[in-house]
Formats: sequence, C-alpha cells, structure tokens
Amino acid sequence: MDTIGTHSLDFFKTDKHEASRALSRSLKNRFLTLLCIALSLATLVPLVSIVILVLKNGLPLLSRHIFTELPPAAGMAGGGFGNAIIGTLVMVGIGLAIAAPVGILSAIYINEYAPISRLAKTVRLVAKLLTGIPSIICGVFAFAIVVMRTGYFSAYAGGVALAVLMLPTILLTAEQALTGVQSAYREASYGLGATRFQTIIRVVLPDALPAIMTGIMLAVARAAGETAPLIFTALFSQYWANSLSEPTASLSVLIYNFSTVPFPHQIQMAWTASLVLVAFVTAANIIAQTAFSRKH
Amino acid sequence: MPTLVENTGQSKVSAIHELGRADFISVRDFNFFYGKKQSLFDINMDIPEKQVTAFIGPSGCGKSTLLRNFNRMNELIEGVHHSGEIQLVGKSIFDRNVEVIALRRTIGMVFQKSNPFPKSIYENVVYALRISGQTKKSLLDDCVERSLRGAALWDEVKDRLHESALGLSGGQMQRLCIARAIANRPKVLLMDEPCSALDPIATVKVEELIRELKQEFTIIIVTHNMQQATRCSDRTAFFYLGKLVEYDNTHKIFSNPSEKKTEDYITGRFG
Repeated sequence: MDTIGTHSLDFFKTDKHEASRALSRSLKNRFLTLLCIALSLATLVPLVSIVILVLKNGLPLLSRHIFTELPPAAGMAGGGFGNAIIGTLVMVGIGLAIAAPVGILSAIYINEYAPISRLAKTVRLVAKLLTGIPSIICGVFAFAIVVMRTGYFSAYAGGVALAVLMLPTILLTAEQALTGVQSAYREASYGLGATRFQTIIRVVLPDALPAIMTGIMLAVARAAGETAPLIFTALFSQYWANSLSEPTASLSVLIYNFSTVPFPHQIQMAWTASLVLVAFVTAANIIAQTAFSRKH
Repeated sequence: MPTLVENTGQSKVSAIHELGRADFISVRDFNFFYGKKQSLFDINMDIPEKQVTAFIGPSGCGKSTLLRNFNRMNELIEGVHHSGEIQLVGKSIFDRNVEVIALRRTIGMVFQKSNPFPKSIYENVVYALRISGQTKKSLLDDCVERSLRGAALWDEVKDRLHESALGLSGGQMQRLCIARAIANRPKVLLMDEPCSALDPIATVKVEELIRELKQEFTIIIVTHNMQQATRCSDRTAFFYLGKLVEYDNTHKIFSNPSEKKTEDYITGRFG
C-alpha cells in the first residue's frame, strides 16, 4: 500500500531498494499465476482420464444390442443391458415425479408466501443439511419405509430413495430461481389487482422456470449415477421388469455387480455400461447448462 | 431543457376544466408506521376528480408512502400499520368489505422504474383483463388498441404487438406500463416518479400523456422534478418529514406559497 501513498511520487527515482522490492513483487506475482494455471490443468487430469478410460474400454462392446438385450448369465457372452437402462430411467423418473413437485412447491412457499417464517427457516436449513447426507443413507431410509413395509425390493422403493436424494437440490435451486425474479414484476402484478396465486403462476414461475429446470437436470444427473440408494431398494434383476413392484435393474448397480465378477466379458460390459451412464449424465448436465439458461 | 421549463400554460387551461367532485379521494387524520417508525403524521387532504395532483417534497418525506396507501400496496411490506381514514368516493378503502384486489383494479399504478413483464407487448397490456378471467379475443384486441392509443404508443408498436416488451426503449416501456395500468379502465392512476428514469424527450411525451389522461382519470403523481409539477399538475401538495405542509393550486404553490418551508423548497434552498 505504501507505494500508492507516499512513495508513488518518487516512483521514477532510481532507488535501489525500491527497485529490488518491485522485482521481488513481480516475481511473486508471476509464480502465483503459474501455480494457478498448473493447478487448473491438474484438475483436468482426472476428468479427462476418466473419459478416455471409459471410452477406450467401453467402446468395443457398444452396439445396438446393448440397448435391446438382457444381461448375459455368468460366464456367458453376448447380451446387453436394456433392462438396466430402462430401470435407471424409470427410477429417476419416479424420483423426479416425487421430488420435483414437493421441492418446487416448498420453494414457492418459503420464498413467496412466508419467507421469514420459522417454518421457512427450518425447511431451508434442513434442505441444506440434506444435501450433505451420504447417498447410502437415502437408500437405508427408503429400505426402512418402503422395502420393509412392502416386503420386497421394487422400482418405486428405488424411486423414493432417489427422490430423497434429489429433493434438496431441486428445492434449493428452485428457491434461488424464485429469489432471482425481479420484485418489480411482482409489484406490477399486484398493482394491477392480481392475487398472489395469479402473480406466481403468470409472472414469477415463467420467469424462474429456466433456472428451476437447470436445478432439476442437475439433480437428475446426480441421481442417475447413484448406486448406494438402489442396492438397498431396487436391488437388481436379470429380466425385463413387468411392473414397478419387483426388483429392477439399473445401470449403476449393473456396473457394480459386473465389475466385481471374474468374467472378462462381464467386466467389459461394465465398462460399456459406464460409458452409457457417463454419456447420459453428461447430456443431462449440458442440457442443464445450455438449453435452460436465461435468455435475458 | 429551457423549452421544457417554459411550457407551463397547462395549469391555467385546467382551471377551466373543473368537473367531478372535489373530494374524490379524501384522507382524514392519516398516520402511517413502518414498524415503530412513523412516516406519515395526521394527513388531511381532498383529491379532486379528473385532475392531476402532484406530490412534491424531499426524499423520505412520505409522499410515495401516501401514494402507495391509496391502492394499499404498502400492505405487501411486513410490519406496517396505520390509523385514520382514506376514502374513495366517500367509501373507506380499508373497509372490511373492500377487496384489495378490486381496489387495485379501480386504482391503477405506474412505478418509478418501468417494469413491463418479460412477455409480449400484447400480453402486457391485457394482463389485467386476463387475471380477471377475460378470454374473448375481440375484447382483448380492442383493449390493446384502446389502451395503447390512450398511452400514445399505438403507432409505434402496432406492427410488433407480439414481440417482447423488453425490446422497447425506456420511454416506450414506461408508456407501455401506463397502457397496462389503464387497460382495465381504473378510476384513479397513481404515478410514482414515472419520468425519473427517462430522458427529456421521453419525459415530454409522458407529460403530454398525463395531461390527456386526466380527461378520463384522476391522476396523482409523485415527482422530484418541480418543473414537472408545474407543467402537468392542477394541484400540488408539499410534504416534509411525513407532514403535509401545504396543499393548494399548483399555480399558487409555485408563485405565492403560504408557508415559508414550501418557498424554501421550491426555490431550492433545501431538499
């Protein structure tokens, strides 16, 4: 700071001491810049190597049969994991069908109706805590309230586990989205004689929708990749599911199962399933980032 | 700028224009509080029908607060309360039977910063009709043309009614907000510093519009711009520290005020 104040006037004087300090500052600056660049590149290493590894190992088995056929029995060749792809989509869908309405409506309540109430503060806090809960706990929870009650593993038990996992993300991003809506819009709407409900439906929600959708896609991307909540709830199945109330295959559990067996073909298939899963999650993320980004 | 200041002929013209009742809105012993802080003290005033009444005074003097009580917008803020009475055509606006929704349809409002919805021009104008359940297309179309003509905006936007309102210029946006406010044919139009974010040319247009609109509406305008008050209002109320200091014909306030405080303010000695 002192150079800006008193010393700046004699900046052009050739003070040896000052010159060496300036040199040392500029060296420090350069060193820190290089360090930041190096570390940024280092973060790319694991990400890029995962993608390369998954592509290298997963591509050989990738064909249309993968999407249409059932998993091969132990030691057998051929087959696919169509049931696991459908299982993942169905369970993420069930999770979303539960978590999206609950999350969005809660966000509307705590942001539009009673932002400073005790209930709103509690919901906000609990949602933040819930984001940090290990996914396996969501699985144990769904096991306790669905599987233990019904007595069997099922797709909707898996969906409940994923819903618990998705809920905090959806709720918190939706609340953020609603906070981002200009209060001038609400004022204009009330000023024209709209009720609170009309204001929310006609003005607030349409404006917040892109950001809410982003939150939903991020939650979907995370839930689709989770194994732990599904092992306890949906288990796995070698067959096409006939209903939502029977054990159901999923990509993540298939990867977990096949990567631990001693058969090379199954291990290869686990890689291919990883590739499909990574592609799915990446697609969801890209949609979240681009398609729904605010236009104004 | 000088040309704007000299255009004061309107207040004389409007002296002839005396229809309607003198106490269209009447305020009686009105006090208003934000939490424990009192911001309006014993306000008493009658606002005449189909005239323009300007509220002037330094920032924080309570003029916007009073304006926002006329359509009960202040109720959207937590922890406010009031005492005293505001009546619209002899009927209390705080009465239990008065629905605040209906009140706001009767008393329209234009805000300081133009705030069109991120929708098309058309949808902005018909918003008030849509929320009251009107779906008949011919009726909505008529309303759009009538309101936009009323706000002197029709010729500029008639070819792009279905484009986003956010593509308009600042002055056009504010006139769109006026069109939106008059679409449901309110009785009163509240304007909270409607020109403070506009350039001089857009300001002239809005002021001309205000003078035209008073044929049909009772207008109350809050302004920081004293030339604006002289140019477009018939009556002027001067507020200071939450009190109504002086309220009289605009001409009188600006040529021969009764109160020393008013004179000090309009001559720029404080505020």
